[in-house]
Amino acid sequence: MFLGEILGTVVSPVQIPILNGQKLLLVRTLTPDGRRTGKTRIAIDKAQAGVGDRVLCIDEGNSARGIFKDPEGAVKTVVIGVVDYVDLESGRVYDKSTAKREVNA
Amino acid sequence: MLIGRVVGSVVSTRKDEKLEGRKLLVVQVHNQDNKPVDQYVVAVDSVQAGPGDMVLYATGSSARQTELTEGRPVDAVIMAIVDSWDLGGANVYEKWA
Amino acid sequence: MYLARVTGRVVASQKYKGLEGVALQWIQPLDEDGEAMGAQLVACAAVSTGPGDLVHFVDGREAALACPVKFVPVDAAIIGYVEQAVSKGEFIGRDRKS
Repeated sequence: MFLGEILGTVVSPVQIPILNGQKLLLVRTLTPDGRRTGKTRIAIDKAQAGVGDRVLCIDEGNSARGIFKDPEGAVKTVVIGVVDYVDLESGRVYDKSTAKREVNA
Repeated sequence: MLIGRVVGSVVSTRKDEKLEGRKLLVVQVHNQDNKPVDQYVVAVDSVQAGPGDMVLYATGSSARQTELTEGRPVDAVIMAIVDSWDLGGANVYEKWA
Repeated sequence: MYLARVTGRVVASQKYKGLEGVALQWIQPLDEDGEAMGAQLVACAAVSTGPGDLVHFVDGREAALACPVKFVPVDAAIIGYVEQAVSKGEFIGRDRKS
């Protein structure tokens, strides 16, 4: 699992059947303290997340297929939770209720 | 998948017994403009490729999704021999040219 | 799963069995600004797309599950045609020829 930030949305009218009706989001991996890192991914939204939210994602097929209850689904990246706050040793580094939304919806 | 050119073969007598009878080829990766890249991979051949062929290879657990490699310690497999490709409408590689 | 643009196509008549009739295409993964992210690669087209199209693709073993025959050595597959991608309030990848 990784922490991510929702940067945007993706609309795909022609896709494999398992994705029909699913919301696709652009997600960027974050370090625990909120710096962007790694690659930009597309994730299936299973947590009613929105642009600007900090989220918990999986990027692994077995878990994703478990969520979709389809042992042969070509799914991999899924948003599975919206993060309320992140605590590190140094203290609270992210709190959803006070966080500034840098990304325009 | 990535495209590469078969530049050689690997012969090994002492190896995991699950690899017996598998043809191992050395592939040098080429980029989309057909420029060789300084990156090599040893892959099991599933399509009777030979030296000089441009091939497509798959890596990771996908490489074990052939009858030759299923359940065997393999992480790269040649799964197609490339005839041609074009990029933005312009032909880059043509095998039979 | 990643965003990408189709840049070209690959023809291979000698393929592992089960891949007959599956189109192969060069794709360039893109980041949230629509800029190239990493090197180009070849992917199987599980949906019909062509050069210039914005698509999304899946990598790893899941890619094979998107193909007509599911037990095939495929590690990248285009699984959707993207009509619109928005990040930071801006459209990605518009008005750009590949």
